[in-house]
This record gives sequence, C-alpha cells and structure tokens, in this order.
Amino acid sequence: MTLDKAVLDSVEAAQPEAAANPIAVRFQQVARHFGTVRAVDAVDIEIRAGEFFAMLGPSGSGKTTCLRLIAGFEQPDRGHIEIFGEAVEGVPAYRRNVNTVFQDYALFPHMTVLDNVAYALRVRGMARGERHAKARKALALVRLEGYDDRRPVQLSGGQRQRVALARALVGEPKVLLLDEPLGALDLKLREQMQVELKELQRRLGITFVFVTHDQGEALSMSDRLAVFNDGRIVQVGTPEEVYDRPRNRFVAGFVGASNVLEPAVAEALCGRRGLYSLRPERIALVGPGEAAGAEAVAVEGRIDSLQFHGATRRLTVAVPGATLVVMLTAALARPPRVGEVVRLAWPRAALQAMDES
Amino acid sequence: MADAALPLRAVESGGGLLRRLSDLLVTRPRLMLLVLLGPPLVWLGVVYLGALFALLLQSFFSIDEFSGLVRREFTLRTYGELLQPANLDIIIRTVTMAASVTLASAAIAFPIAYYAARYARGRWKALFYLAVMLPLWSSYLVRVYAWKLILAKEGIVTWIFAELHLTWLLDGILALPVIGGPSLSISYLGTFLVFLYIWLPFMILPIQAALERVPASLIEASGDLGATPRQAFATVILPLALPGVVAGSIFTFSLTLGDYIIPQIVGSSRLFIGQAVYTHQGTAGNIPLAAAFTVVPIVIMGFYLWGARKLGAFNAL
Amino acid sequence: MRSKSGASTTLKLAAAGGLLFLHLPLLLIFLYAFTTEEKSYQFPPPGLTLEWFAVAWGRADIWAALGLSLRVAAISTLIAMLLGTLAAGAVARSRFFGREAVSLLIILPIALPGIITGISLRAAFNLAEIPFSFWTIVLGHATFCVVVVYNNAVARLRRASGSLIEASMDLGADGFQTFRLVILPNLATALLAGGMLAFALSFDEVIVTTFTAGQQSTLPIWMLTELVRPRQRPVTNVVAVFVIAATFLPILAAYYLTREGQHAGGEGK
Repeated sequence: MTLDKAVLDSVEAAQPEAAANPIAVRFQQVARHFGTVRAVDAVDIEIRAGEFFAMLGPSGSGKTTCLRLIAGFEQPDRGHIEIFGEAVEGVPAYRRNVNTVFQDYALFPHMTVLDNVAYALRVRGMARGERHAKARKALALVRLEGYDDRRPVQLSGGQRQRVALARALVGEPKVLLLDEPLGALDLKLREQMQVELKELQRRLGITFVFVTHDQGEALSMSDRLAVFNDGRIVQVGTPEEVYDRPRNRFVAGFVGASNVLEPAVAEALCGRRGLYSLRPERIALVGPGEAAGAEAVAVEGRIDSLQFHGATRRLTVAVPGATLVVMLTAALARPPRVGEVVRLAWPRAALQAMDES
Repeated sequence: MADAALPLRAVESGGGLLRRLSDLLVTRPRLMLLVLLGPPLVWLGVVYLGALFALLLQSFFSIDEFSGLVRREFTLRTYGELLQPANLDIIIRTVTMAASVTLASAAIAFPIAYYAARYARGRWKALFYLAVMLPLWSSYLVRVYAWKLILAKEGIVTWIFAELHLTWLLDGILALPVIGGPSLSISYLGTFLVFLYIWLPFMILPIQAALERVPASLIEASGDLGATPRQAFATVILPLALPGVVAGSIFTFSLTLGDYIIPQIVGSSRLFIGQAVYTHQGTAGNIPLAAAFTVVPIVIMGFYLWGARKLGAFNAL
Repeated sequence: MRSKSGASTTLKLAAAGGLLFLHLPLLLIFLYAFTTEEKSYQFPPPGLTLEWFAVAWGRADIWAALGLSLRVAAISTLIAMLLGTLAAGAVARSRFFGREAVSLLIILPIALPGIITGISLRAAFNLAEIPFSFWTIVLGHATFCVVVVYNNAVARLRRASGSLIEASMDLGADGFQTFRLVILPNLATALLAGGMLAFALSFDEVIVTTFTAGQQSTLPIWMLTELVRPRQRPVTNVVAVFVIAATFLPILAAYYLTREGQHAGGEGK
C-alpha cells in the first residue's frame, strides 16, 4: 500500500523554502509536576525543523507529558517552551499551529470522515466547498479516497488511524505530534505504517514528534531520538549513536538488549576499568581451533539456555563472574546445545564505556 | 497546498471576544470550574441547604402552649417531647415498618434481579429493564391509588378470596393483632403491602446492577473448584450481590421513614413519622415539633448510610 | 454475569410473578375507569361505560390542575437542565477538592425523603415571608430535578472519549466552538432523556408539592384530595389513566435515547 505518488509530488512542489533549519521546538529546563509526582523534571530539548524526532521511554517516563506540553494541553510549572521561536507559555492548544494524532485517534463519532478531516478548516471559518476539497486531498494523501461519508464506527483500526492523520495534516501544522499511534495495530500493519509515516514526513517536510515505548519503532523511524526515564532525558542522538554508544545502563537495557559488564567483571574479562555495555550480536562463537582475532577478547563459558527465533538464536552463557547474552545470526553447521562449553569472542571496540549512574 | 487563509505562524494571536474569553477559561481551570459550578451550587446551597438549615434551626425552638406562637429561643424541650410515649410510639412504628418493608422487598426483588442479570439476553433484557423502570417512574400517586382499589373491602382481593372460598382465611388474617384491621385497606398489613409494591423497583435495580458485575467466570471457577450450585450461590454470588442489596435498602428504608401519603391512604389512623410531621406543621403550626420529628429520619439515615458505605453499597449505586 | 444454561422453572416463575405484581395494579386502574359504579370500588365492576371520560373532560378543576402541572414541569425542567448540565460539566472530567461533596449535594434533594425537602422549603418560605405561588412550586421541583439531568449528563460525558475535547482544541477550536461542535452533539440525546425524565418526575410529584403549593392544585394534588375525599371515583380513575399515559411516553422516549450509545469516539482498540 504505497502513497499516491502524484499527490505527494504536487505537495512537495508547493512547499515553501525551509529556513536554514531553525529550531522547531525548544524546551529550557521545563518541569511539570502532578502533586508530588515529577512527571517532567528539568528537561531540555531542541527539535530541529523538518526532522522526525522520537521520544522514547517506558510508561511514566514523562515523554507523553512532554508531548502534551508541546501541544498545549499542559502548561509547564517551570521553564520555557518555544515553538519556532515563539514563546507558548499560557497559550492554549487551539492557538498553536501544532496538531496531534492521538493514541485512541479521538475521531468525532457524530461526524463523517470528511467532516472529521475538514474540522480544522471549519473552525477557521473556511467555506464548505473549499474545505471539503482540501479534506479530500488529505484523504488521498493517506490513501482513503472515497471514504468521505463513512462514520468512524464503521472503520477498522488502521483506517481510523489514517483518518486521524489526515485530519491532523489538513491544517498544515508546523509540527505534527504523534502519541503512540501504532500501538493498537497488528504487527504487519504496524510495519507498513512505519514505512508510510516515514515517507510522508520526508515528502511533506513537516517536523514530526513521535512518542513511543517501542524502541524498535523509534530506531527505525526517527532522525534523532531522546530516551526518557523518570521525567528526565537520559540521552539524545541519532538512532545509531544511541544504539551503539548507550550513555548508561538504562539506555543500554532499554534500547535494544545489552550485556552490562560491571566494573569487576570488565576488569576480570577484558582488563578495562569502569562500566561497559556489550551488545549480544557483537559476540561470536569461536571454534576450538580458531584464533579469536586481533584486538579481541575471548572467554570460555557454558550455555545455560538457548532460544531459537528463526533468523537468530539467543543464548545465555555463564562465564566467570557473569552471564552473557549472545545473539547469533549465522547459519551454523553444528548448532550449539544447552550445557555445552563454548568459546566466545568479541572485538575490544565493541565495548562501550558508560556512565556509572 | 499553499493558501493565504492558512496560518504561517506557529502561534495565532488576536481573535474575537469569544476566543479571548475562551483563553481565559481554558488556561485557568479554577475559573472555569467556578463558572460551571457556581450557579448550581448557589441554587442548591441557598434553596436547599438554606431551607434544611432553617428547618434544623426551628427544631431547637419551641412552641408556647398558651399562645400557640413559636418562641425563638434555643431549647432542647422540643426534642424532649419526642420522648413522650405517644411520639416514641410513632417513631418505633415507622422504623419497624421500614425494616420489614426493606427485608420483604429484598426477598422479592432478588429472584427478579437474579433472573434479569443472569439469564435475560438482548431483547428480553431490555424488556426487563423497561418493565421495572416504567412503574418506577410512572405516577407514584396512581400506583398508591391502585392499591386502594385493590385492597378495598369490596375490591378485587376480597373477591378473589371469596371465589376461592377462602374468606375465612382473609378474616383470620385481618383478625390478627397489630397488623390486622377492619379491612385490608385499613390495616398495617395493607400499608405494608403498598410500601412493598411502591419501593420494589428501587430494590430490583441496584441488585441487578451488582449481580451483573459478577463475571460468569467466577461462578464457573467456583464450580471448577468443587462447589455445588447452592454453595456457589451462598459463598460467591450472595456476598457480591450484597452491596446492591444494601444500596436498594437505602432507598426502601429512607423512603418509608419519611412517607406520609401511603399511610394516609391505606392504613389505620395511627400515625407514622411523615404524618406526624405533616399534622404538626399544618393547622397546629407546631413547626418546632415537626422539625424535631424530621430530624429523626435524618439521623437514622445518617447512621444507615455510614454503615452502607462500609459495606460498599455506594459502588453499587 | 450471563449464564449459558437456562434458568430453573421456579426462578422463571418467581421472576415473572414479581413483574406481574408490579404491573397488574396499573391494569386494574384501566378497568376501573370504565366502571358504572360511582360510590365504591366494587369488584367485579357491575357494568362498563365511557361516560366518565366525558365527565372528566368537562370538569374545570381538572383542566386547571393539568395546566398548572404542565407549566411547572416545563419551567422546572428547563432550570434543571441548565443547572444539571453545568454541574455535570464540572464533575465529569476534572478532579477537584470537594468533588464528592458536590455530587452528594446534588443527589441530596432526591435522596432524603421528600417530606424533609418539603417541610424545609415551607419552613424557609415562612421564615423569609415568601407567599406561596407558582414560583415556590418551581423552586422545589427544579431542585430535585437537577439530579436527574445531572446523572444522565455525567454518564454520557464519562463514556465519551476524553480526548475528543482535546482533539477539538488541538485542531483550532476554542472552548465555545468545541462546546457547540463536539460536546453538545454528543450530549444532546442524554440531555433530552434527562429532560424528559425530569418532566415526568415533576409532573407526578406530590410529596414536596403539597408543602410548597399553598392553595394551588397541581394534578397530583388534585388527585390526592380526591383520594382522601372522593367526589366521583371513576373520574379520578380516568385522570389516573391519563397520568399513566402521560408519564409512560417520556420515559419510553428517554430510554431509547440513552440506549443507543455504544459507539464511542473511534477508539483504536
């Protein structure tokens, strides 16, 4: 299910020149409390215009509250928020040219699909003919032409999501916010929508801010992402940066899976001082006669458990002082078995130093 | 899609009067709350609470026996009058009636509610709901009146007993002390029946609601663990339905305590609390005593509600 | 708590019996409206006739009482709808200190026995030396009708997806536009239902009204007087039949209005 190329081309052609990457959204030491709970605690963010920015974290980490602060449903208790350079403290949501795709889509049940999509234009006072035409264009963008007269209750989850998307885009917002929009979709649909959303954002050039607890989604879709934990941002960077160089054990464990080598273990196995992260897929099984390779660490251990995942195998191996998780992708001539003693090796460069906190 | 009508700025400013007013209310939730709650609270506070307070105040006044005028000075004498045997009688009579009506209506309502919650499906369920709701909402007075017709000496009940050659039974019931009387419509039994009839829907609905909240899987689980249907009923269903029963009993008890119309239309000439209140505030003008009488159901219901809350009845409402 | 097997016969009989118990008396009234016997409640009725309907039509006191009842019900319902909606708007979505107390206050007029409400109002009118009038009746009725509208509105507001209001504002509609375009359409049927129930409640109310009406007669007061000192019994029955019909229709309508409401705002689940 591809996007309508002709429609997108016409949209792309009409885009005004983007200024030299101004900051779309800026948070300066923003805090928001609910009673004694610090939902957002001294957060700084800079989201650049035109980028696909993901806010990733477990539930309760503050990412959704930050989204709501951008949208205008919450006001910060402390700190300063700017959208394209304009301060937005005390500015209600309807005055911000920022639109949201809600987690439950929030389609108006008493309106048709077309009226739903045209809503933003209607409240601005646009004439009916004009706003319906624009709404139809938006529906075409999300591949729902002809659904004009349906009601939300008649649509499937995926269709509702696309209506919500069209509705949020029709008013040409400066920033589009997405609150876990793919959560309710089944796997195949979700993967499809990830690709579509990315394409859409690239073509439209609008800044997308995307909240999710699914690290796979964040890694695959975003240009940059921020990892949240406990109301604070723990790390910001491109997906590669965050994945390859996790800043602390939380990021190492939350973004992808990782082995965390405590200082004692790191010292014993690799002769390194400090806390280290080691991705399971960087570890290889070395045969009995093989050399480990230059600049590599080798260690022996016994396989405690083994899970076959089709394309990969996940092993836990007990080595002196620790249990390592190993991810094997190679098709193996002789697959390992539980209880076997094996030799593991990984390049020293794969070890990532992390902050102790 | 570029269009002059669409905003190019991130934040829109200006706008008409309504929009600015909306700004004020949306960004100040407390102000919005005040605007929303203000009128109803003022109305209820002044009209209702004010009136209640006025009543309560009057119960601490007393009536001068000679002049018949209300003496507006604080005294507990009027409450003392409540303890006179005649008045105490009234209170005990009313409470006893309320209790018996509550128990009987719980017993009758339970099978109906149980059936509706457990076995009624789709259309039947709607029908049941309507069948219970309609009498509830249709005229109270008409329904009381209907029973006056039914219980009249020449009415249908007598006729049925006669046709079944059971007149001796009816006479025997009427001859019973205390609850009997010259005819059904002039007896405690009659009053009891009417109360039961009128308040029944108030008991059915909360019980049904409580029973519906019991997931079928619980009953299956208890059966799975070895309980007989009777045991499952006693140990699983009944306790879970209890809050509904208590919620319903709040209505039946409270409504019986205060009613003055039903005993007047179907009953002996001995007074209930409601009638006492009505009489005293009427021609006698003894508002302090009427007020004191009114306080009795309030206090009783206060304790009742407190106990009901403990039993979780408020969740069933 | 749906059961897959059928109910036992005893249970079915008990349930059916209970329901019949609820409805038979009303049917009897219908019967008695046609009886020829004027002085007593004789059963079976000696004969059947339609004459009492004509007699009732001709009685001026009935028309006056009916008119008053209708006017009182109409105004009380309007006031109750306004106050009930405002209160529901405040309580349904926000958490604030004293929220439970507000709910309790709104329910109180109907939770406490009517006689308390009635005599309180009367005592207050006496104290403030307000003479009885149309407005004293309305004051009482509106007060306990608020809760009916309030309950319906709160139930509907709670069921509607909370994000609808946020979605509307997000797309550029201010508070007033959101109310007009999103909240009101979703609330309309619940309000209508609440209004109808309030109307029926007010139309039928007698317990509080006897205290607040002074010398005036609403239809229920008329009926009460007739019950205590009957003039023409079958005429009372005719009026009773009319009252049953008049309250039956709004309630049925209210039920259907609040029933269709399983469709919420496009949840993604």
